[in-house]
This record gives sequence, structure tokens and C-alpha cells, in this order.
Amino acid sequence: MGAGHAHALYVPRESLLHRLPAQCKIAAVVLFGLVVVSTPARSFWAFGAYALLLLGVVLTARLSPRLVLRRMVVEVPFVVFALLLPLVARGDRVDVLGLSLSQSGLLGAWNLLAKATLGVIASIVLASTTTIRDLLHGLERLRLPRQLVLIASFMVRYADVLAAEMARMKVARESRGFTATGLRAWPVLSASLGALFLRSYERGERVHLAMRSRGFNGTMPVLRRAAPTAGSWAAALALPASAGLVAVTAVLA
Amino acid sequence: MTAALSLAGVTHRYPDGSPALHGVDLVVQTGERVALLGPNGAGKTTLVLHLNGILTPTTGTVHVDGLPVEREHLQEVRRRVGIVFQDPDDQLFMPTVREDVAFGPANLGLSPDEVDARVAEALEQVGMADAADRAPHHLSFGQRRRVAVATVLAMWPSILVLDEPSSNLDPASRRELADILVGLDLTVLMVTHDLPYALELCSRSVVLDTGRVVADGSTGALLGDADLMRAHRLELPYGFDPASVPGRLP
Repeated sequence: MGAGHAHALYVPRESLLHRLPAQCKIAAVVLFGLVVVSTPARSFWAFGAYALLLLGVVLTARLSPRLVLRRMVVEVPFVVFALLLPLVARGDRVDVLGLSLSQSGLLGAWNLLAKATLGVIASIVLASTTTIRDLLHGLERLRLPRQLVLIASFMVRYADVLAAEMARMKVARESRGFTATGLRAWPVLSASLGALFLRSYERGERVHLAMRSRGFNGTMPVLRRAAPTAGSWAAALALPASAGLVAVTAVLA
Repeated sequence: MTAALSLAGVTHRYPDGSPALHGVDLVVQTGERVALLGPNGAGKTTLVLHLNGILTPTTGTVHVDGLPVEREHLQEVRRRVGIVFQDPDDQLFMPTVREDVAFGPANLGLSPDEVDARVAEALEQVGMADAADRAPHHLSFGQRRRVAVATVLAMWPSILVLDEPSSNLDPASRRELADILVGLDLTVLMVTHDLPYALELCSRSVVLDTGRVVADGSTGALLGDADLMRAHRLELPYGFDPASVPGRLP
């Protein structure tokens, strides 16, 4: 088990961003994303300004840029798609290094790549400075339906338990001479998966039983959380606000 | 005085018709610690689930502190009967220990200040005050079992029901839990296969087999009755002599 998934992305540091309430940070990231997405693709300098703003945020959070770069691997599928755009899009073409590329495709690729990258970096900062638990609370405070928050929090709570159960089943299989090779292993693996599903289902029933035994009647009790101060909101919204200024300037220009 | 727990003629049939309990009569007085013994499949867990109305008797009645276990009293009954289930991973489902212990009191509609006070008190009672902000899955098994006890203590129950409290615990954790249980001023009903544990903690034992109470008396006397023990698949650990071990009162 150990540290497990619950804190997989969180990077413990002492920083302003780590201290900010999760709901402020979530709101800031979403607003920043909206601002970035609504910026015209041709306002190249605006994207440079956003990148600088984000760099400032990364440094404020005392995250190493190297770590942020490493985590940007999740963006790779988008990058591949973006790189294909200039090749497959129609319209006026330009020759670059002997390749005939579509101009609108190039702009589309830039648009996709720049916006996705900025969004991904903002999300990485959010995930690195906020524990999953705080994220869930933040979403709850932002009025995400409680059932969804509840399902997500159960998932977080039991991911390790399930992983441990799966590991035990693997050990038990292998202790009886099973090696997963080729097609013939599939029935065994799928049977294991079925068993895991049944066990999880039964655990779900037992958890529900334990919840009812402690007075649960369908609604989760609301636990007290200090409401964020105006200062926290101001600090968190500084990013989307300055990005907004950039966007407005870009649109007007 | 009203008994903490009283079952009269409780029978239970599962929906598929298989009988689990055949007319169980059992009275537990306030302040008693009672062990519920019996082989696997005797109906012990079924009995436990009757105590807080998760299951309802097919016939017969269950009273908790004189309160009938019926729909209109369910919430109060579930406050009074604190069940600690066998697998702490089933009981601890919230992201942190603090939130998990707060779950019960919050369901009772207590104010946030009262909930905080209850959480602090309950964790203190099981010696886990330092772990309030940790995630349950980062605790050792013994610690999780203790937090599971705290989750029901926070509801200020009048009777604590433990399902196999010593199972999967290493000897030190097992002893630590015993120390905690002895220190609680509560009526306790403990389902267990761990007969030395029953002898140590409970002056009285009840043996359940095939859904019937087949013996009820002092734990020392029951464990010393070789015929009774053999008849109900109860066995003491090798070399263990119940006559030579003093229990911890009451």
C-alpha cells in the first residue's frame, strides 16, 4: 500500500499556492482556461504573456520547472494530433523544409498546441499544490453535485485497497505456477477481474452497512470548513484577472 | 433497571427461506461485558445486525435500553448501539481519520463544535489523537481497528458491539485494544473466536450454535466445560488452561 495514489501528484511545499483554499485555485484554473481559449490564435504575443504569467505561478508555488515539464507528458496525444493538422488540413499551402503544409492547418496546430499547453500547465500546478482530498472539498464547495464528489472520494479511498487486493490475487496466481503469456492467459486474467469486481461489489455492500450503522440515511453530513477569505480569492484570481487583461488588449488590438 | 440489550424469541429467516436464528433470548445488563461465541455459521453476525435494526426479526423483539428496535426509533437505536465491523477498511471510508470519526456525530445533526469535540474525545480514548489528519489507508491494521472503534465511540453509544475485534491483529495490537476496551465505561458485546480474549475481557459468555443460545454463563466455567466446548466446535489454544487465567473485571 504505502503512499499510494492518494498523493501521487501532490508535491508538498510551503508556498502561497499550497496554502490557498482548493476552491479558489480550481476557480482560478477554470477561468484562466476560459480566457486562454477565447484568445484569438493570431495574437501570438498574448500567449507569450500567458506563459510568463504561468511561469510566475510555478515559481510562486516553488515547483521546479523540470517537474512541470516532466508531467507535461500527458499532453503528448494532443501534440501528435496538432502536428498532423498542417499535413491534412486544406487551403493555401506553404513550403517548409520541402513539406507542403496548409496555412490554416499551421494556425490550427499552433492554436491547439498553445492553448492545450497553457491549460495543461495550469492543471499541473493545481494538482501539484492541492491534495486530492482538498480538491474534492473544493469541488464540493463549488457546488458540484455531492453524489459525484462522494463517488470520487470513495474511488480515492479504495483505490489502494483494490490495488492491494489485485496484487494479492496476482501473487496467489503466480504462486501456483501461472505466468501471463499470450492468449491462453486471458481467460484466467478475466476470471480474476471478475472475482475482483465481485469482491469490490461485496465490499461496497459492507461499507454501506457500516455507514447505515452510523446513522447514514442517504445524505452525507456537511462538515465545517472555513470559508476562504477575500484575500485568498484575490490571490487566486490574480492569474485569470491579469490573463483577462491580456486577452482584452489582444482582442481590441 | 432497564437492560442495555434484550432479545426475546428472536427468529430470523433469510429471504431465500434459510433459517439463521431460532428463538434467541438474550439479556445484557448495563455495564456488562459479554462474549458471543460459536462456530462459523452459527448466526453470530446475523444476530449482531439485529441489534441496530439493519436486519429485523422474522418473529420476536429486540429492545435497546428499553427502546424497541423499530423504524421510528432506528436513528436513536443506531446511536446507542455502536457496531465495530470486522474489516476496518469497510468501516473507514472517508478520506481522513477526522472526517471518518465525524461522520456518525454529523449524521446525528450535532453542531460543528460538538462534532469536533466528539472527534477529539473519541480519538483520545483509543490513543489515536495524533492521526486525525492522516488517511485511513496510511495507518497500520491495528491503528485502523482502533480508529474504527473511535468512529462509534464518537456517537456516545451505550453499548459497543465488536465483530471479531482481535482478528488479524498482532499480539501487541491485540493487547493494546484490550487495554482500550477495559478502560471504556461501556456495555460491551464481543463476537469472537479468540477464546482467551473472551476470558480476559468478558466475565460472561453466550454460546450460539445453529441459531440458538446453547449456553450462557461465566466465561471461565463455559471454557472449562470440555463437553460443551467439543459439542460446539469451540477449542482452546494448545496448552491453554482457562482455570489458571484471571479475567479483567467486570
